[in-house]
Amino acid sequence: MSAVTVPTESTWDRVRTYRPPHRYLPIIATAALFIGLFGVGGLRYEGFSDPQVLLSLLIDNAFLIVLGVGMTFVILTGGIDLSVGSVVALSTMIAAKTLEMGWSPYASIGAVLATGTVLGLLMGLLIHYFDIQPFIATLAGLFLARGLTYLISVESISIKDPTFMDLAFRTLYIGDYYLRWTAVIALATVVVAAYVLARTRFGRTVYAIGGNEASAMLMGLRVAATKVGVYVISGFCASLAGLLFALYILSGNSLHAIGMELDAIAAVVIGGTLLTGGRGYVVGSLLGVLVLGIIKTLISFDGTLSSYWIRIITGLLLLAFVVVQRFATRRQA
Amino acid sequence: MPESPTLAQRVLRHQLLWPVLALAVLLLVNVAVNTSFLDIRMQDGHLYGNVVDILRNSAPVMLVALGMTLVIATRGIDLSVGAIAAIAAAVACTRIINAGDEAALSTAVMAMTYAVVVCIVLGAWNGFLVSVLGIQPIIATLILMVAGRGISMAITDGQITTVNNPWFSDLASGFVLTLPLAFLVAVGMLLFTAALTRRTALGMLIESVGINPEASRLAGVRARTIIWTVYAFSGLCAGMAGLVIAANTNSVNANSLGLWIELDAILAVVIGGTSLMGGRFSLAGTFIGAIFIATLTRTIPNIGIPSEVNYLFKAVVVIAVCLLQSPKARGLLRVRRPGGPTPGAPTPVLAKAGSAA
Repeated sequence: MSAVTVPTESTWDRVRTYRPPHRYLPIIATAALFIGLFGVGGLRYEGFSDPQVLLSLLIDNAFLIVLGVGMTFVILTGGIDLSVGSVVALSTMIAAKTLEMGWSPYASIGAVLATGTVLGLLMGLLIHYFDIQPFIATLAGLFLARGLTYLISVESISIKDPTFMDLAFRTLYIGDYYLRWTAVIALATVVVAAYVLARTRFGRTVYAIGGNEASAMLMGLRVAATKVGVYVISGFCASLAGLLFALYILSGNSLHAIGMELDAIAAVVIGGTLLTGGRGYVVGSLLGVLVLGIIKTLISFDGTLSSYWIRIITGLLLLAFVVVQRFATRRQA
Repeated sequence: MPESPTLAQRVLRHQLLWPVLALAVLLLVNVAVNTSFLDIRMQDGHLYGNVVDILRNSAPVMLVALGMTLVIATRGIDLSVGAIAAIAAAVACTRIINAGDEAALSTAVMAMTYAVVVCIVLGAWNGFLVSVLGIQPIIATLILMVAGRGISMAITDGQITTVNNPWFSDLASGFVLTLPLAFLVAVGMLLFTAALTRRTALGMLIESVGINPEASRLAGVRARTIIWTVYAFSGLCAGMAGLVIAANTNSVNANSLGLWIELDAILAVVIGGTSLMGGRFSLAGTFIGAIFIATLTRTIPNIGIPSEVNYLFKAVVVIAVCLLQSPKARGLLRVRRPGGPTPGAPTPVLAKAGSAA
């Protein structure tokens, strides 16, 4: 390396020739998609470009963001968690029922989080120690949580506890705009998860397992604890999301959150996480949720499209991202 | 020391032993609660009774599970069957409503044909994603699972569409030779599939693809075509199930029709002894599995538990069956009760290497 060539490169050259690292490309694509959708909305609809629309996106999807975070951990190890929608329903039901029975709101929150975490732990143990496919073990979790929900009550129970109401409506003002605390909790979850994945031994093991479980095992990484751990995290996130959902909707109902696991998986995939595991970021999942959210907002602003288009467009987006992922990984392999 | 096994040994080792025993236990529980549970009476030339109801109600799950069995045998999974069932029902019901003569036989036949063709196309689409693009089956079929209910709602315009066609409702409530037509349709499909897979080499080819798609391709099996066909067949079965469900209520609700039927179908397949690792399948097992699920669904209200709680029991069954199938759990049992190694149980290492491919 001669010293002569170095000074010829100006800052502008470096900016001009900058290529983002390959691993960030999916996130950049999702961010571009989000910005594009936001731009289209801003051009077409009056009031769409208001920053409050963005903040409302966070408020309305706080629970999905938290679900996406938990799902990201699981998918990064190459697994899948189908139980999260049912765990959300179970959480709203436990919260509503315990509050109705006169529990203190903090005991109620504790009960909800403990239930989700224990369910996640059980599924993780089944998956790792008995070699049951993640798909089928979490399917059992889906049935179990939904069954427990119905066991507690078949009817809807509304939440009237003052502490819960206070939490649900407490607002954070940023100038003229506002954010609810539920959205702040969701963003905090993203930050914590991003830190855990990027900076801790646990996070590195998660990526290693997703890359190649057998190699991770041979390297002496704590595969068992980590693999069980991601399902514990997913269970915890699902119950936390359930709490946020309960705060959003202020009732417990066994019919809540049917199919929400699909939204969470779709958000993670659209966020650029590789379904075979090993690559992806929670920030991508956050963006994935925002993309799904902005499609809903676009459809509601438009007014002529029916709500079922949300599902069709989600499916198409999922398809596009899966196919692109497939070709991207094939080229590298 | 190889000896020809006695009849008792053959019965004990038969793979259908556990499903049949489980079904028998379930029936005993019902009889214990309600002594007249098994009674069948003849009325207007039809058979009536709990057992007949169970047979009729098992038809949709049996149909879906039939397609699912073959898909699972190729080491795949089809999550989209519930959505496909909803689409089939939506197509059929809207065709009937828009037909000139809503109650005519030709209307019903045309509508059902239309629906079934659409479902075969949707199944083939899944097969295309899996076999040609090489996307994992769970994800490939997840796409249609997400979008399918939206499509179904787009077809019915988001309305609960009610139809009035006696021929169409006969599909669910009709009787032929004193037996429910829906059950006969399901059994007919089952026998047809059994003949096709067990009287020809097709079943073996499907299993070989499930064991190792790459090796079977190298051995000259057209793995892609087989995978494609199997998903199309699963779409066909799901569509027929959707028609039976819609005929039962004479209406289609895109949101709830066939909701979670994919899970029931997978459960039926797994109970029947088909391994989720692929490579072998049992249609007779699936048949018993579907009847087991229909019986379970019937048992829960019968013993006085709200019928919605059946999910809880299904979860317990899924876990129990999977633990029984799990080589590791069997290994734990074997330590305590020494005996020969279980034949046919794949070792965990091999199974993992396979599932990663």
